[in-house]
Amino acid sequence: MRRLTPYLLALPGWMWLAIFLVVPMAAMASVSLQTGNAIDGFAMTFSFSNYGDALSTYSTQLLRSLLYGGLATVAMLLIGYPVAYWIAFRGGRRKSMYLFLLLLPFFVSFVLRTISWNFLLADNGILFGTLKDWGLLPEGFHVLATTFAVVGGLTYNFLPFMILPIYVALERVDPRVVEAAQDLYATRAAAFRRVVLPLSLPGVFAGVLMTFVPATADPVNAQILGGTSNTMIGNIIQTEYLTNLDYPTASALSFTLMAILLVGIFVYAKALGTENVLEAAAR
Amino acid sequence: MNPFMRGMTQPRTRRDVFRLAGASAAGLALAACGVQGQKAAPPKADAVADFWAKQKKNGKVVFANWPEYMPEDKGPLEKFKADTGIAYEYKEVIQENAEFFGKADPVLRAGQSLGYDIVVMTNGIQLQHMIDLGYAVALDHSKLPNFQANAGQKYKERAYDPGNKYTVPYTSGVTGIAYNTDYVKDDITSIEALFDQKYKGRVGMMADAQEIANFGMIALGIDPEKSSEADWQKAGEKLKAQRDAGIVRKYYDQSYIDAVSKGDIWLSMAWSGDVFQRQLAGEPVKFVVPAEGGTIWTDNMLIPKGAANPLDALMLMDYLYQPAIAAELDEFIQYVTPVPAVQDLLREKAEQAKGEEKQTLDDMVNSPLMFPSDADYAKLRSYTPLTTQQEQVFNPIFQSITQA
Repeated sequence: MRRLTPYLLALPGWMWLAIFLVVPMAAMASVSLQTGNAIDGFAMTFSFSNYGDALSTYSTQLLRSLLYGGLATVAMLLIGYPVAYWIAFRGGRRKSMYLFLLLLPFFVSFVLRTISWNFLLADNGILFGTLKDWGLLPEGFHVLATTFAVVGGLTYNFLPFMILPIYVALERVDPRVVEAAQDLYATRAAAFRRVVLPLSLPGVFAGVLMTFVPATADPVNAQILGGTSNTMIGNIIQTEYLTNLDYPTASALSFTLMAILLVGIFVYAKALGTENVLEAAAR
Repeated sequence: MNPFMRGMTQPRTRRDVFRLAGASAAGLALAACGVQGQKAAPPKADAVADFWAKQKKNGKVVFANWPEYMPEDKGPLEKFKADTGIAYEYKEVIQENAEFFGKADPVLRAGQSLGYDIVVMTNGIQLQHMIDLGYAVALDHSKLPNFQANAGQKYKERAYDPGNKYTVPYTSGVTGIAYNTDYVKDDITSIEALFDQKYKGRVGMMADAQEIANFGMIALGIDPEKSSEADWQKAGEKLKAQRDAGIVRKYYDQSYIDAVSKGDIWLSMAWSGDVFQRQLAGEPVKFVVPAEGGTIWTDNMLIPKGAANPLDALMLMDYLYQPAIAAELDEFIQYVTPVPAVQDLLREKAEQAKGEEKQTLDDMVNSPLMFPSDADYAKLRSYTPLTTQQEQVFNPIFQSITQA
């Protein structure tokens, strides 16, 4: 009995996974191979061509999503690392307050936040309207409905998920380790590069994962901030599912996206050297 | 290192992988039976009579509608409550047909109730699905005396629901062109303005496949209601050229109206009532039905399958067709009412009113957006009714433009 106890305790967790992850995934895998329409019903035909058709029709949007997700992730890293570093090492007694301020805008709903960017960045809105009145910007200048707006929106919306893990990793770096490096004649730059940066890599790794995956699949930013050719794969899946009721195509696209992201993550984990990351974390 | 990350990054044993695969295979077998089709034959007349004979008044009705489609004081519903003793719940839960249907379909497919007794949907693909899939309860016209007496003839002869078997209109509106008079100094009269290089990057088009298809066809002089696949292809080419020339800024949903009134876009495809409400708020927007034509659509009330209070719902539908009630409703929502008598009622009210209120009421009575004349109606086209097979040709043509 005692040997069974841990399994029994874990049972609710396993049931949860089975019911809400495995079964829906299996159902989706099944639907992705069916043919038919919503009115007459779908039947299993093992039509693997659903994948080929979906991919050839929407390869542009799929590649664009990976590109936007990647660009946003890089931007978040460039913005997020210094912020996390500053809070961890220069935050002093007010660290918690800075973190709270960072999270404050994110108490507002995701969609609403994105719509308020729409308001802020309007062609003749409070920002650009003023600059245009001062003659600092040409009349036709606009940011909305461009690639820049979509990538910027993604960057803004997922930024805390980059900062928080990096902050947690940096916060655990013992300042005495840095002192020791400097005692051993490391310059400040060298101490950062050889000591602080490697110790913070687990945070960077987690941050990239937690931002790249949702940013790539996000439909909201492209819809609200994008223009005529900024459609991302999330928008396509949404349309196929809700408007066209083409469940097989939507499922095939979802699986393809998931496969690409999983492969990407494993390649990335290998490239960054998961072992090193884990070792650094264990210390 | 948090446990989530460890789980993601630590190697799994081969046995784990096999287990996972086994579980997935079991799930796959479970799910392989397919998604059931629900295409329903129309119910027989006596089955409909039986259904309604069994219904009793429950004293309660739940009405699901679009935003800004009911006066804030809920006047018409309050009067209904006072006259019939039926309590109401009014929910503004429908924002878009496709989205609403996408959410409702799995619930209705599983044979469950939506929790609404009346829903309002625009004529088009999704409403067609509701009817074809048997999701709409056939109405008992012996219990709709006000509708018979007061609905305009046009609203009793609609191609998408002949004989009002499943639906009665809530209100109609027109899709035309809205423009911002701060930026567009010319009077816009032609649909060609939407395709004019002069407004490059300043034109808004709608993302909805049927809406944009209609405008593509009207611009080519094709009547959408009588269009063929070849016509859709031609319209698709015209719209693609418009996009590739950089004329379109974005394909919009409901948010187009904010973009026009802020000046992000200067002119756009638009729904009449939206523009009218903005004008009253003092914004520099104007609405025009293009000389080549616009589209007229109708939002319809229907009782979804599994509704808890169908008889109460039917009574409310009929109640809204009393001219006085319809007038009160239309004075607020400012779309096209299916009850023609409303125009006279509002005219009488205008005669007794004074000052600003009189002016507003006079504007309403004379507005072609609320009371289109026969000449106005002659310029208005309807959506193409599509079969499921046609839809699978139609949608990709226009979605490949709006979702490039």
